[in-house]
Amino acid sequence: MSDLLRDLIFDYTLRNVALGSALLGIVSGVLGSYAVLRRQGLLGDALAHAALPGICIAFLLTGSREQIVLLLGAGIAGWIGTMLLLAIVRRTILSEDAALGIVLSTFFGFGITLLTFINQRDDANQAGLDKYLFGQAAALVEDDVVVFAILGGIALLLVLLFYKEFKLLTFDAEFAGSLGFGTNRLSVLLTSLIVVAVVIGLQTVGVVLMAAMLIGPAAAARQWTNRLSVMIVLSASFGALAGVIGALLSFTQEGLPTGPTIVLVLTVIVFFSLLFASARGLVWEWLRRRRQRRNLTLGGPPVEGGRSRP
Amino acid sequence: MSSALAVPLTGILVASACALLGNFLILRRMAMMSDAISHAILPGLVAGYVLAQGPNLLAGFIGASLAAIATVTAVEAIQRTRLVDGGAAIGIVFPAMFALGTVLVTRQFSEVHLDADAILFGNIEFVAFDTLTIDGRDLGPQSIWVMSLLCVINLLFIGIFYKELKLTTFDPGLAATLGFSPVIVHYALMLVLSITSVGAFTAVGAVLVVALVIVPAATAYLLTDRLALMIPLSVAIGAISALAGYRVAISLDASISGAMVTATGALFGLALLFSPTRGLVVRAWRARRHRATIASEMLVVHLLNHEAAADRDEENSVEHLSQGLRWSPARTDLAIAGASRRGWIVRANGHLELTRPGREIAQRVIAR
Repeated sequence: MSDLLRDLIFDYTLRNVALGSALLGIVSGVLGSYAVLRRQGLLGDALAHAALPGICIAFLLTGSREQIVLLLGAGIAGWIGTMLLLAIVRRTILSEDAALGIVLSTFFGFGITLLTFINQRDDANQAGLDKYLFGQAAALVEDDVVVFAILGGIALLLVLLFYKEFKLLTFDAEFAGSLGFGTNRLSVLLTSLIVVAVVIGLQTVGVVLMAAMLIGPAAAARQWTNRLSVMIVLSASFGALAGVIGALLSFTQEGLPTGPTIVLVLTVIVFFSLLFASARGLVWEWLRRRRQRRNLTLGGPPVEGGRSRP
Repeated sequence: MSSALAVPLTGILVASACALLGNFLILRRMAMMSDAISHAILPGLVAGYVLAQGPNLLAGFIGASLAAIATVTAVEAIQRTRLVDGGAAIGIVFPAMFALGTVLVTRQFSEVHLDADAILFGNIEFVAFDTLTIDGRDLGPQSIWVMSLLCVINLLFIGIFYKELKLTTFDPGLAATLGFSPVIVHYALMLVLSITSVGAFTAVGAVLVVALVIVPAATAYLLTDRLALMIPLSVAIGAISALAGYRVAISLDASISGAMVTATGALFGLALLFSPTRGLVVRAWRARRHRATIASEMLVVHLLNHEAAADRDEENSVEHLSQGLRWSPARTDLAIAGASRRGWIVRANGHLELTRPGREIAQRVIAR
């Protein structure tokens, strides 16, 4: 155990992987809280898939493999995908989940077409864009972590600045509008911040698993509290915890890829919360029901505290 | 069979089988369930291969179908607790299943051909080489047999249960009172969707199955309101996308399945813009025409109101109109052009005069 801790601090690779994963967990935990509360959890999934053609086009246009250029492309494509999604929902009879599926899959298909086109064209020097599909947390280097920290820091700062506005938008958008807040602009800002989280996640856990990073921590945190501020802090902690534990597990065990391991750890946290959370946990609910049922069958009137008279 | 025939044929069969079911998913607002299923079958597929000690078709099918059913059940169980909303329940379950599948692949199957690319976008390129042999006789590409069978199953499913599917889709409450169980129909649909996804998975991979299931059906929905028309239309759109995608992919030397999906996206975009009933262009044009009609009606009412007044010539002069009605010059022009074209007004030395039909229209507008 102490060896592991020492490695966590002094081993260059592990430190970067754990730090990067923790940063992703924090940023996606915070932004995921809003997404889950606004019932837009799967938006992150669509955004992550929609980002792929952006990465490819950025590479085709600039020929650059610079991370920042590719991530900018990813961000722009993700953003276009979101706008298209909103247009489909607002202007057609198709429901939101159809719009999500359409944007997600067609953008991704286009991205795959471009990716394979790039790969066979430049096969002398593999473009190395594949890593965005499954993520390569294990290959994170210090520069990546610095970029994550800057991007994530900006996103978190904006959340802090607009805390009150986002809260109002999340719980009562109409009231927010009637008070004169530009709800559309706020909504776009919040979604753009989710794009930032997705951009960080693409490199760590990849396109497919990004949905879990946004939804998991927030869904778990929601079970423990009814206060937004507490939920956000908890969600960020769960995200970070899953990131670090996942990184440690995949570092110590053979054949555990980092991204999927992080997601599996997160899933454990989610199910634990669903079952045992103090206020809403399914186990407590089941015990309560059983006690009530027993009281009823005993025929005694239910007494406060759930105990029946002898 | 050569690749030049086997690949596009497989593409068409996959697209048709998927599109058939997509109609009901779109109408039932369950499009993302198809996303969840197509990802979640991965661990089942791998587990099946592990147990059969090799890429065995039947074992994979059984494992993947079980995984799909488990996913649907888990998603719905979580949704029923009401602790999280429907979308989040999907977003919790399928990444977990997919992650599990990825771990299984790395741990157990690094040597089998289930590599990352095949998972994400399939290997339709190689279907011609994977042939079905029974008693040493070569019966042609396995995928064509599998996908044809799935097309037949889906056609039969929709054909036999058309009434039930239609009723439970549009009015589950009525269906239940009439004695058709929406739950059974729902799980039957999920079951055929699962086996279709497994069949399509090997050809086009996890993510692109979703596109072939929902995008052609969504496109058809933009073009028609009739289910009986929507279903064949979606199959045609899927098949056209498969062919077009194949052509493009061959000329670019890019992923065939990716290009097929891109083609469905392009067709969806076309329908979104140009659908004769619901397209954005038609709707914008209709809105403009509506505005012009309203403006023309307002104009004739204004003219009627001032016809008898002393300041009639001044109020009804073309120059004064935009001031009097507080309209922008563009809107005034639109109104005058519209009203003249309809024969409601005529221009007489600088001001506008109502014709007889124009006066009738104005009176009718006031009365309503």
